[in-house]
Amino acid sequence: MNEFYYIIPFIILAAGILISLVIEMYFTSSEKILPWFSILTFLASGFSALFLVNNVKVVFENMLMSGGNVNFFIFIFNLGAALVTLLSIDYIKKYHTYYGEYYILLMSSVLGMSLMAGAKDLIVIFMGLEIMSVCFYALAGINRNKLKANEASLKYFLLGSFATGFLVYGMALVYGSMQNTSLEYLFLNFTKFNTNILFLAGLLFILFGLSFKIAAFPFHMWVPDVYQGSATTVSALMSTGGKAAAFSAIIVSFASVLTVVNTNVFAPYFGAIAVFSMLFGSIVAIAQTDIKRMMAYSSIAHAGYMTIGLASGNSYGVSGIIFYLAAYTFMNIGAFGIISIVEGKNDTNLTIKSYAGLANKKPILAGLLAIIMFSLAGLPPFAGFFGKYYIFIAAVKAKLTWLAIVGVISSAISVYFYIRIIVLMYFKESEEDFVIENSNTGLLSVIIAVLFVILLGIAPNSVINLISYFAK
Amino acid sequence: MIQYIYLAVLLPLLGFLINGIFGSRIKNEKVIGIIGSGAIGLSFIVMLGAFFQTLGLPVDQRQNIVKLFTWISAGGLNVGVAYQVDQLSLIMGLIVTGVGFIIHVYSMGYMHGDKSYWRYFAYLNLFIFAMMNLILGDNFVLLFLGWEGVGLCSYLLIGFWYDRKFEKGTTSEAAKKAFVVNRIGDFGFLLGMFLIYLTFGSLNFNDVFSRAVAMPIETSVFTFIALFLFIGATGKSAQIPLFVWLPDAMAGPTPVSALIHAATMVTAGVYMVARCSIIFASAPAIMTLVAVVGLLTAFFAATVGLVQNDIKKVLAYSTISQLGYMFLALGVGAFSAGIFHVMTHAFFKALLFLGAGSVIHSMHDEQDMRKYGGLKKYMPHTYITFVVAALAISGIPPLSGFFSKDEILWKAFSSGGFGYWLVGAFTALMTAFYMFRLVTLTFEGKPRFDEHNVHPHESPKVMTIPLMILAVLSIIGGFIGIPEIFSGEHGNVFENWLAPLFAPAQTKLMTYGNHSAFLEILLMAVSVIGAVCAILFARYVYLKNIRIAGKTVKASKGLYTLLLNKYYIDELYEAVFVKPIGRFSEAFLWKINDNKIIDGAVNGTASLVSVISNNIRKIQTGVAQFYALIMVAGIVAALFWLIISL
Repeated sequence: MNEFYYIIPFIILAAGILISLVIEMYFTSSEKILPWFSILTFLASGFSALFLVNNVKVVFENMLMSGGNVNFFIFIFNLGAALVTLLSIDYIKKYHTYYGEYYILLMSSVLGMSLMAGAKDLIVIFMGLEIMSVCFYALAGINRNKLKANEASLKYFLLGSFATGFLVYGMALVYGSMQNTSLEYLFLNFTKFNTNILFLAGLLFILFGLSFKIAAFPFHMWVPDVYQGSATTVSALMSTGGKAAAFSAIIVSFASVLTVVNTNVFAPYFGAIAVFSMLFGSIVAIAQTDIKRMMAYSSIAHAGYMTIGLASGNSYGVSGIIFYLAAYTFMNIGAFGIISIVEGKNDTNLTIKSYAGLANKKPILAGLLAIIMFSLAGLPPFAGFFGKYYIFIAAVKAKLTWLAIVGVISSAISVYFYIRIIVLMYFKESEEDFVIENSNTGLLSVIIAVLFVILLGIAPNSVINLISYFAK
Repeated sequence: MIQYIYLAVLLPLLGFLINGIFGSRIKNEKVIGIIGSGAIGLSFIVMLGAFFQTLGLPVDQRQNIVKLFTWISAGGLNVGVAYQVDQLSLIMGLIVTGVGFIIHVYSMGYMHGDKSYWRYFAYLNLFIFAMMNLILGDNFVLLFLGWEGVGLCSYLLIGFWYDRKFEKGTTSEAAKKAFVVNRIGDFGFLLGMFLIYLTFGSLNFNDVFSRAVAMPIETSVFTFIALFLFIGATGKSAQIPLFVWLPDAMAGPTPVSALIHAATMVTAGVYMVARCSIIFASAPAIMTLVAVVGLLTAFFAATVGLVQNDIKKVLAYSTISQLGYMFLALGVGAFSAGIFHVMTHAFFKALLFLGAGSVIHSMHDEQDMRKYGGLKKYMPHTYITFVVAALAISGIPPLSGFFSKDEILWKAFSSGGFGYWLVGAFTALMTAFYMFRLVTLTFEGKPRFDEHNVHPHESPKVMTIPLMILAVLSIIGGFIGIPEIFSGEHGNVFENWLAPLFAPAQTKLMTYGNHSAFLEILLMAVSVIGAVCAILFARYVYLKNIRIAGKTVKASKGLYTLLLNKYYIDELYEAVFVKPIGRFSEAFLWKINDNKIIDGAVNGTASLVSVISNNIRKIQTGVAQFYALIMVAGIVAALFWLIISL
C-alpha cells in the first residue's frame, strides 16, 4: 500500500488548512463558513485516524508512525479541537474579535500536535512542537486590543523559546552521543548508552523542553499568566491538546524507559516532577480567586498525576497516561467551555464568586459544571476517577506506592477547590447580578464533552483495553 | 429478543432521563404520563419477546447471558455489566414490567393534578430501572447496585409528599426510617458479598454457584454467607426483625405502595434467596431459620392486621404476612413455590392496593375504614375487583392465591412438618378474616361518612381498567401452577419451568418420603373450608352483629391494645436502639469525636494548607525573567543530581 494511505489524517488536516486560507481570502462571510469547515476537517481527520487505527506502520524512512496509539492521540486532538471550535463560534461573537486566522491557526496547531504524536525521529518532534508552539503564541495574543492578551502572548513566546532552546540542545547532545536522530535507534540501543552522561543529559534536556508544554513543575510558571490572559477557548486547547501532544512526544522519546524493564534511570526525575507538580498545583489553586487561574493550577496538578505514569515506567503507566489524557481533554474542555459561556464581555464574571447561585440562574450549566468538577476531583463514576485509578495502579505495580500515596493526598487537597465551586453554585446566593448570554453551540460542545466524561467513567475498561492493546 | 434484553433495562432509564430533565418544562400531564408508562410498556414487550424465545429453546439452553461491557476490572475482581436471561429472571422481569406498566397507567389517573407529576413518573421509571438491574444482573455487584437503587427510589417515593403530615411525624421521617432500616439489612448483604468473594474468588453467579455445587455440604462458611444474605433479605423484604419500616412506607402515594411495597421491591429478598438457592441449600441451619422467621412473620403480621383501622395499614401488614409465606416456602426448600407466590401475590396485592387507592381517591384522602361504609353502590367496579382480590388472597379456589398458598402449605407440611402447616393454615384463616373485615367495613353496610359533604364517585377509566386487568390476572394467574394431583401427567407447569435452576439445590436438600394424594386433598379442603368460614364470620360480625367485635375487644382488652400498637415493636426499638445510640452519638460522636477531634484535625489541616498556599503563591510575581530563573534552577538541580548519581 502506498505510504500516503497511512497518513491520510495528516493530509486531510493539511489540505483543510490550505483550503481555509483560500476561504478566508475570498469569502466575506468567512466568519460563518470557516468554523464549520474546520469542524468538518477535524472530524474527517479524527475519524479517518480511528478508521486506520489497526494499520500500525512506520513510514517515510522511519520518520513517521501511523496507527495504534498514534491514531488514538490524533483522534483525541481532533475531537478536542472540534469541540473548542464549536465553543469559539459564540465566544468570538461575544467579543466581536473575529480574525480569519484564528481557525486556521487552530488547525495548524493540531497538525503540529499530530506530528508530535506520530514522530519517529527527534527532528520530527521538534518540527511538530514548533508548528504547535508558534500557533499557540499567536493564538494567545489573538485579541490584539487586549493588554493582558499581549502580555500572555509575549511571556509565552519568551519562555517557550527558552524551553525550546533546551529541547534542541538536548537533541544535539543525544545526536552527538549516538550519531543518529532516529527514535527507533534510540529505543534499540538505549542500554548501550545509558551510562554516557552526555546522552543522559541530552534526554533530560528533551524532557525539560517538553515538560514546559505539559506545564509541570518547575516549568509551570507561565501557565497561570497565559491561561488567564489568553482567550478562554485558546486556554482550553492549550491545556488539553498541547499537554497531550507533549506527553505523546515524551512517551515516544522515552519508549525504552517505559517499556523495557529495569532501564528506568529517569524514575527519580519523573518522581520529583510528579510530586512537586501535584502538591504545588493543588495547594496553590486553593488560594486563587480567578477561576481561570484556578484551572491553570489544576492543570499543573494534573500534569503531576500523569507524570506518575512516566515514573512507573511500565505499560500500565503508559496506557494510564493515555486514558488520563483522553479524560482530561474532555473534562477541561468542558470546564473552560462553561467558563467561556459564563464569562461576560471585557473579562467580567471570571472570579470564582461569579459562580455563586449559578444553579438558580442556569441549572443546566451548573449541573454540567458540577459533573466536571466531580470528575476533576477524581470522584467516581466519572472519567477523572478512573484516570487517577489507572495511574496509581501503575505506580503500585512499579513498587512506587509512596508516589501513589502522595497522589492521593494531593487529590484530597484538590477536592477542596473543586467542590468549592459546586458549593458556591448550589448553596450560595448570587452576589452580583449579571445576565449570562445563551450560547447554543457552546452548550452543545460542553454537553458532548460531559457525555464523554460520563462514558469514560461508566465503561473505562473497554477504552483501556483498546489502549493497552497498542501500548504493548 | 434475548440479545436485546438490555433494552428492557435502558428504556426505563431513558424514561427517567426524559421526565427527570425535561419534565418540569413539559406542561402537559398526558405527555409525561405516556412517556413514563410507554417506557415500561415497551420494556414489557421486550421481556415478553425474550420469554417466548426462551420458551422455544430446549431446556438445557434456557440460561443465556448477554454481556454488554466490562465494568470494573481490578486484580482478580472482574465485574461486567451483563444480564442473565433465564427462567427465574424472566418470570421476575415479566412481573416487574407487566404489573409495573399497569400501575404506571393507573398512576396517570391517580396523580392527576399533582404539582410534581413529572417527578413522580421520573422516580417510578428510575425504580423500574434499578429493579431490572437487580433481577437481570448476572453478578452480585449488579444485583447490589439494583438493590441499593430500589432502596433509594423507595426512599424518594415514600417521602414524595414531603410537605404532608403522616401519623405523628412527617412523610420524610417515614422515608428516613425505611432507608435506615434497609441499610441495616444492606450491611448484612454486603458482608455476605465480601464473604462470597473471599470464599469463591468471584462475584459472578455462574462461577460462585458452580463452585458452591462442588464444595461439600455443611462447610461452616456457607452458614455465615447464607446468614448474612438472609439478614439482607429481612431488611428488603420486611421480615422479623426488620419489618418495622413497611407500615410506615404507606406514607407514599398509594400506587407506589402497590408497586414497590407490595408487588415488586419487597420481593427482592425472596428473589435473592431463590437465586442463591444452592448456597442456602448448603446451610441447613439457615434454611430452618428462614422457614421459622417466615412463619413467625406471617403469623404475627396477620394478628396485627386483624385490628388495624387504616385501610392501607391492613394491607401493609397483610403484605408482611404474605412475604412471610414466601420465606416459609424458601425455607422448606420449595423455591419455585415461593416464586409462584411472588407472582400471584403481585397480582392480587397490587390490585388490593390500587383498589384501596381508588377508594382513598374518591374519599378525599380519608384512610380510616371506620369512616367508610356502603361504598359498593358508589364504586361498583372498584368493589367487584376488590372482592376478587380479597377472595384470591383468602385462598378460595380456583383463584390464583389458592394455588400458590396451598402449594406452600402443602410443601411446608410435607418437608417441614405438621407444626408448620398448622400455624400457616391458621394464619390463612386470619388472612381471610381481616380481608373481609376490610371489605365489609369499606364497601358494605350503611355509610358512616357525612353523605352531604362527601360524595364518593367511581374513579375514571384510566384507573378502573388497570383494576380489571389485574382482577383477571388474579383469577386466572394460578392456572399455570396447578398442582400435580389435579393436572395429572403434565405436572406443575410453573414448577417444571423453574426446576432446572433449582435442581442443584434440590439434590443437596434431604428429600422426604411421598405423602398420599388423599392427605394433600384433605389438607387443602380443611384450609379452604376454614377460609370460607372465616369470610362468613367476618361478614356476620361486621355486617349484622358489630357488637360481637366490641365485646371481644372489651373481653380481651390487653391483647387488643397489644395488637393495635403492633406489639410495641416500634417503641421497643426506639427505647433499646434508637435512643441509646442517639444519646451516644450526640454526647460522644458529635460533640467530642466530630466537633473536637475530626473537625479540629480537618480545620487545622485546612488552615495550614491555606497558609502555605497564600505564601507560595507570592512567587508568582508576573516577571518573566524570574520565571526563567526558576526553570534554570530546576534544570541545574536535576543536572547536579545526574552528576552525583553516576
